[in-house]
Amino acid sequence: MTSFFQWIGQLARQTAAMVYKEMLTEWRMRVRVSGIFWFSVAIVMMVAFSIQSSTMLKEIAGGTLWIAILLASTRSLDQSYQVEHEQGAMEGLLLWPVDPIAVYYGKAIANMLVLLGVALAVLPLLLAIYDRPMLGSWPQLIGTIVLGCAAIAAPGTLLGLITSQARGSSVMLPLLLFPLVVPALLAASMSTSRLMEGDPMNVAPPWMLVLVVVNCVFWSFPSVLYGLIFED
Amino acid sequence: MPGIVIDKVSRRYGRRWALTHVSCEVASGESWMLLGHNGSGKSTLLRCVATAQKVHQGEIRFGGQSLWPNRGALREKIAVLSHAPALYDDLSAGENLQVWARLGGHQADVPALLTRVGIDPARRDPVRTFSAGMRRRVAIARMLLKRPELVLLDEPFTALDPAGRRWLLDVISELRAGGATLIMATHLPQVAREVADRALILEAGKVVFRGAVDELPAELAFE
Repeated sequence: MTSFFQWIGQLARQTAAMVYKEMLTEWRMRVRVSGIFWFSVAIVMMVAFSIQSSTMLKEIAGGTLWIAILLASTRSLDQSYQVEHEQGAMEGLLLWPVDPIAVYYGKAIANMLVLLGVALAVLPLLLAIYDRPMLGSWPQLIGTIVLGCAAIAAPGTLLGLITSQARGSSVMLPLLLFPLVVPALLAASMSTSRLMEGDPMNVAPPWMLVLVVVNCVFWSFPSVLYGLIFED
Repeated sequence: MPGIVIDKVSRRYGRRWALTHVSCEVASGESWMLLGHNGSGKSTLLRCVATAQKVHQGEIRFGGQSLWPNRGALREKIAVLSHAPALYDDLSAGENLQVWARLGGHQADVPALLTRVGIDPARRDPVRTFSAGMRRRVAIARMLLKRPELVLLDEPFTALDPAGRRWLLDVISELRAGGATLIMATHLPQVAREVADRALILEAGKVVFRGAVDELPAELAFE
């Protein structure tokens, strides 16, 4: 039992160190975050320009936010391992040794924070451009965005590792990721749209519950597989 | 006391055998140098001992324990300096060492360690702006964060000037004085023989010489 608690303590320390490393690297090379932010903004703008009806624009605001985040996430997740492969740091982590589960959770949390930052930065722009008044609960909307970003980051971090060494990784990652996150995206966009409209029928909480369940699955299964792939 | 036992180890890449029935026994605290031309299997052997690669035949034992099945625990005791420095280019030297110390749970005086390897601890510029020799020094500092029982060095003198080589020989001597077992792959037997007890020469993945450094032919050259 003592060794189990020691392992948990070590895992928590290594995960915290990985998050620190990821965020520090992210801060030093801000170009990645700014790149995916402007990519998301471009998608929001393109959709806005292509739809003439202001009523329809208001209705699709929630869905557009998630399309922008999903497409931007593939760029972000794809590059997440580039830093590791550049100077042999991936092998360095393996031999240091760092627990692969800590590497996974560290990277997944960092990826989630990056997506969350971008989503929260894009949100006010989207509301302004789409002339979409936010009528529902702000805490619930923020909660939906946190859960949605987590549901993209967790499988994306696992798949990013699989595709990072493959040829054409930027094509392979979306191919594998998109079908997997469909339930999460559906729940996130339904919840976001209803909350923006004021959610008089209280529809958002059940969709948020779906997101919680999806996250429970996404944040537990990959950690088991990650070690096997990481060692390989 | 048993150190490293490499017992009839073979390793292939696809159909090509990079190592064929390589055997040697490195006693605890001993220092060995691996010599051979490019592609002779030196790095492959080091990577197998480092547990970065699995051997396809044979076995490697460290301290009496089979290395691969116990790699999780044994990696803690092994320090590796490989071709790739395993540094984060966008972080400074100090930040790199902080990150690796945190990941390993090592208590480290990073400024003192940087001073020891000849890097100004006040430097804040990213490692990507460093010369190859300076990056090598930071990679060596990273290796020194551990207190290893086994040190594996792959071409450690690469990118170092004569003063840097002298300094690295001193570092190796200190590690040896601390009781560490050492295996280094090198093209520079003239430099390495100063700190090595024994040598292993590989040719096309096979052992062609195994013995004391004094027994090495005088005209050896792999450069």
